[in-house]
Amino acid sequence: MTAVEDPTSTASAPEKLVGQARLRKEDARLITGDTTWTDNMTLPGMLHLSVLRSPVAHARITHLDVSGALDSPNVLAVFTGRDFAEEQGSLPCAWPVTPDMVNPGHPSIAVEEVNHVGEAVAIIVGRTKVAAQDAVEKIDVDYEPLPVVLDMEEAVKDGSPLVHDHTSSNTSYHFVFDAGDAGTGGDTEQAFADAEVTVSRRFVQQRLIPAFMEPRSVVVQPSGDNYTMWSATQIPHILRVMAAMVTGIPEHKLRVIAPDVGGGFGGKLQVNPEEILCLLVARRLGKPVKWTETRSESLMTAHHGRDQVQFIDIAADREGNVKGLRVRLLADMGAYLRLITPGVPALGAFMFPGIYKIPAYRFECDGVFTNKVPTDAYRGAGRPEATFAIERIMDELAVELGMDPLELRRKNWINAEEFPFTTVAGLQYDSGDYGKATDQALQLLGYDELRAEQQRRRESNDPVQLGIWFSTFTEMCGLAPSRVLGSLAFGAGGWEQASIRMLPTGKVEVVTGSTPHGQGHETAWSQIVADELGVPFEDVEVLHGDTAISSRGLDTYGSRSLVVGGTAVVKAAEKVVAKARRIAAHLLEASEDDLEFTGGKFSVKGTPGAGVGIQEVALAIFAAHDYPEGIEPTIDAEATFDPVNFSFPHGTHISAMEVDTETGFVKIRKYASVDDVGTIVNPMIVEGQMHGGLAQGISQALYEEAIYDADGNLTTGTFVDYLLPSAADLPHFDTGNTVHPATSNPMGAKGVGEAGCIASTPAVVNAALDAVRHLGVSDIRMPLTPERVWRAIHGGGDGGDRATAGTNAYGGASTETSSGVSTEASSLGGDK
Amino acid sequence: MIPAAFAYARPTTVDEALQAIAGGGEDVKVLAGGQSLIPVMRLRLAAPETVVDLTRVRELRGVREEGDVLVIGAMTTHSDVLADPLLAQYGQLVVQATETVADRQVRHRGTFGGALAHADPAGDLPAVALALDAEFVLVGPSGRRTVPAAEFFVDYLTTALEEGELLVEIRVPKLAEAAGWGVRYEKFTRVAQAWSIVAVAAAVRREGGRIAEARIGLTNMGATPLRAAATEAALVGADLSLEAVTAAAAMAADGTSPSSDLNAQADYRQHLAQVLTKRALSAAAGL
Repeated sequence: MTAVEDPTSTASAPEKLVGQARLRKEDARLITGDTTWTDNMTLPGMLHLSVLRSPVAHARITHLDVSGALDSPNVLAVFTGRDFAEEQGSLPCAWPVTPDMVNPGHPSIAVEEVNHVGEAVAIIVGRTKVAAQDAVEKIDVDYEPLPVVLDMEEAVKDGSPLVHDHTSSNTSYHFVFDAGDAGTGGDTEQAFADAEVTVSRRFVQQRLIPAFMEPRSVVVQPSGDNYTMWSATQIPHILRVMAAMVTGIPEHKLRVIAPDVGGGFGGKLQVNPEEILCLLVARRLGKPVKWTETRSESLMTAHHGRDQVQFIDIAADREGNVKGLRVRLLADMGAYLRLITPGVPALGAFMFPGIYKIPAYRFECDGVFTNKVPTDAYRGAGRPEATFAIERIMDELAVELGMDPLELRRKNWINAEEFPFTTVAGLQYDSGDYGKATDQALQLLGYDELRAEQQRRRESNDPVQLGIWFSTFTEMCGLAPSRVLGSLAFGAGGWEQASIRMLPTGKVEVVTGSTPHGQGHETAWSQIVADELGVPFEDVEVLHGDTAISSRGLDTYGSRSLVVGGTAVVKAAEKVVAKARRIAAHLLEASEDDLEFTGGKFSVKGTPGAGVGIQEVALAIFAAHDYPEGIEPTIDAEATFDPVNFSFPHGTHISAMEVDTETGFVKIRKYASVDDVGTIVNPMIVEGQMHGGLAQGISQALYEEAIYDADGNLTTGTFVDYLLPSAADLPHFDTGNTVHPATSNPMGAKGVGEAGCIASTPAVVNAALDAVRHLGVSDIRMPLTPERVWRAIHGGGDGGDRATAGTNAYGGASTETSSGVSTEASSLGGDK
Repeated sequence: MIPAAFAYARPTTVDEALQAIAGGGEDVKVLAGGQSLIPVMRLRLAAPETVVDLTRVRELRGVREEGDVLVIGAMTTHSDVLADPLLAQYGQLVVQATETVADRQVRHRGTFGGALAHADPAGDLPAVALALDAEFVLVGPSGRRTVPAAEFFVDYLTTALEEGELLVEIRVPKLAEAAGWGVRYEKFTRVAQAWSIVAVAAAVRREGGRIAEARIGLTNMGATPLRAAATEAALVGADLSLEAVTAAAAMAADGTSPSSDLNAQADYRQHLAQVLTKRALSAAAGL
């Protein structure tokens, strides 16, 4: 890693732990599995659930006979939607983006109708997982097929069949942000009417699957009228509130624990049907229950991400000054609205202007129902889609103007001296220097040499062409100022909570409301606390994820943990020091004002040798034999931090891509990125986040796509067909940083969890296009499969639709068991 | 996922294995390395009554030479293949294809015979066996018989193995570099460790500056592995030149009707077969 610190930054003074690449405390147990994942839980008398899932995308259930399963050995009970119809309520949607948004309601288990393949139809309760699984095949169901709605552009047309027949259309909401109306910009229609040049494009954000490493798993233990739920979730706190509201179990009778959780990427930012069903079954039977999904269940039924059709228009003058931007989105909600399904595309509304000074802007988005699994948060959530669209259209505008795309960007981006800058979307960007990051990235890549090679390959008509291109991006992180969330009709705030407990031996317990699922909170929080309190790194233990221990919190998503949760830790530590100072003054018989606190020790100015450590103060106040009158005998403290603004990481990513024009195979030759994530607490964690994010963003560009056939079967139902890259498929990453501290929190951290995932996708696609644009290619649909690239080169267009049949490898892994029933309409192809 | 319940036998000799198969009931599956069978059982695409595990049948493991022929035991693992000195000398086409099979873990368990008996058209070894005109030695209740590769692969996941029969060894001709042979397995995938979208197994014998003989097997261009017969015919006696190879490779997909799936529609597969055949032949012929 090439970290270039801004000379004005003093964040990494040598004696401080903040800024050091400390190895992660949690890694030994996470990597070796020497910990309790939810599926490891075994409770006395625990029963196991399996779920019969719909093999059809849209149908009425006309007959459901569970007697065969009930007669199966070691099966204790079978429940259907009818059994829970009165008590299951609706899964919550916490983000009604418009007042008239249509929410059809989301049963955890289908009662009369199924609306996507994989929807729960019956639950089998067995003494063992095997017993429960064996009985799945013994349930008899008849389905009366209903028309299947899959294509958003068809679904919004008049006369389209409806996903929910009690609604008047397949449109859930129409969300508009107009800068002219908001007072943050000019009249967009006028800007386009006056423009010398306009460019319009349609981009497709394919459907993606979060594909976290640890499958979802839930255990519920009833105890009288109390319930404890363990779940592989990102959001134990939100889950507790929501599960209480859905099931009617009083919130104070429900404890939710997220033990160590193996990744989420937004995919575990959810209140899952199975979490509710486990509660309902445990309440009904009074026994502990467990449900753990298979990988196929996960791909088929855990929420998906992205899935937008983007119509984007840009207006400019001949000199390349951008005059206006217009965005119209169709966003696939899937069959139901889950926790923040409608909000994901709406959040993107504020990011389409990117890093540019655009005088006029209008955004419209239709949320559309289809007979697919719901979409929801996935790493970046709204921002990757926006960044992709603006970075792609800027290139298209450059081509139209005959202008160097980097020059076009320089001409329109916000200059370093213009920060803080309020954008046309009304956001106030905090800090940064886009030019500096770009220059540094060009250097890291070895840009000039690669351009020369590109020229040589073009001239020699090499079958392997080279392309080099950029993504200059920013994003909003640190979710979020609670008032802003309120103005967007989000159902919760955006604050975060921390408390610090000073134990008698001087050890420190830090309780955080921001629940990690692999990010390294325990290490970063320890570094922060070690610096703030002057205690050893090893003396700090970070507690999280249990609502009985960490009673207040809003969990981990949106690159918020360090920015908001870490700041709450800093604030709590400041309070601990302030409390300890009074006691130290008392013990040292000095005035508080005469004390200085460094390296964990209070000392009296001008009196060498007179001092007391904060860890000694902890013991003294535990004994409480001698402390000042009028205060409580504790130095423990807690803090809640509600940011006043988002933070805005930015960066420049440059990708060099080789395109084999004979086969269409696309390969990353070199990749360089320079990101500004503000102050860096742990450079190793930052680099790890960048690498993972890059892999995931590149994967959207090149590999991943959830594909449904014409019957609504997910044909990418296993990892044979839902393609993820491994280390073998990815290049070395040359990463660097600039540091412009955020202004919205005292640490200056901006957030790094999503940056790589947001920036890399357009960089890769733009670079691939740069390799073949001279062959007449102006767009290729993601993912850039070799076939699409080959078709775009040799047949024109964007590469078109892929065949929907799964591969025949593995003996045809996607069949009824993994993905549903096929009819002639599925056009499965192959030889199955 | 969890497989359905099944009976399990673990014989130590071929005779015991045949007995276990004969006595295993209606639906018996033979487990070699398990790298294809276990996943389909876990997905419950297969629910055999009995699984006969051959991993303890030592006589089925190993490579030996018999004159001009290499005899590869059916239970020889992919990693055994990669480490074998005889194959290194005379079986480079097998070695190259085996190197592309899945990942290290799979290659430690997966077997040469298992992959052939599974007859997955996207698997790498069937096309190699076909290109080499390998012979399949099958043993059953009624004795031993030898089936040529051209007759072994019958249809999608279907071979000439009769009920109760076991594939025990595979005989492939030695292709020595000294005899003018050059080989290449050219595999096309989107990511490492994946099944072939299309692959081409080529062996070329050079003689006096010309191509004397070419053998070309196609992976995943139909329900079974195929020979690129038109290309092979065009190459007999052809110049050792890129032009001749390119012209012949243009016929590589003649007569094929590959399937369409999310990795490739049929026309693109046919195009890939031509490109990969050209590349495989060029490399095999040392061009």
